[in-house]
Amino acid sequence: MIEFIRNVRLWFMPEEIREEGATPDYRFSLANERTFLAWLRTALALIGGGFAVDQFLPDLRWGWRVGLALALLAAGVLCAFRAVNHWVRCERAMRRGEDLPVSRFPAVLGLVVAVVAIAMVVVVLLGWEG
Amino acid sequence: MTPRPDAVERDPGLQPERTRLAWRRTTLTGAAVAVLAAKSALHGGPSAAGAVAGALCAVLWLGFLGLAHRRIHDLVAARPLVLTPRIAAAAVLCTIALAVCGAVLVL
Repeated sequence: MIEFIRNVRLWFMPEEIREEGATPDYRFSLANERTFLAWLRTALALIGGGFAVDQFLPDLRWGWRVGLALALLAAGVLCAFRAVNHWVRCERAMRRGEDLPVSRFPAVLGLVVAVVAIAMVVVVLLGWEG
Repeated sequence: MTPRPDAVERDPGLQPERTRLAWRRTTLTGAAVAVLAAKSALHGGPSAAGAVAGALCAVLWLGFLGLAHRRIHDLVAARPLVLTPRIAAAAVLCTIALAVCGAVLVL
């Protein structure tokens, strides 16, 4: 958590990143940037999924519909936060010449998406409409 | 054939171009989300909260477009500078604000 707060400070203080270590090959930084953007697209897709649940399952009971939509929107927010946090950590690791940080976030996100998908299939098939 | 003196060395892996296209893809995804948001705002009938949230989504998408444009402008250089955390954080904040508007529209 403390590590996370320190990273949040770095988002707004680019000079502090530049003070550490040596500038890596620009191509590595660009690859890191593309990974960040890929995670941001994942976040946007989750948010879009939240909108889609709300609009394309209008027969669903209100609680299920809003619950699923909010779960997807919250997953999108988490994913966006994680995108920038991971980008800062990777950038810093590259400057210091350390190993890139490992993370269990992809596994957790995969499980969450699987659970939401199964819940949607069950809800739609069983027709728990209100 | 002699190389032009002003010719800058290009990365054969086309990394700046790929990064530029990644920004374009991300902006396009944001556009799809903004369209869904607009549909959602119009669907629920006219309401003040819906109209404000829908308009805010459009503004946020425009903000993201501006950020992407700025970054793409910087990527024209043969050896582009690293992405600044400020632009990264601003892009993420746009995304999160979109999700918050989505929550307002859904509820």
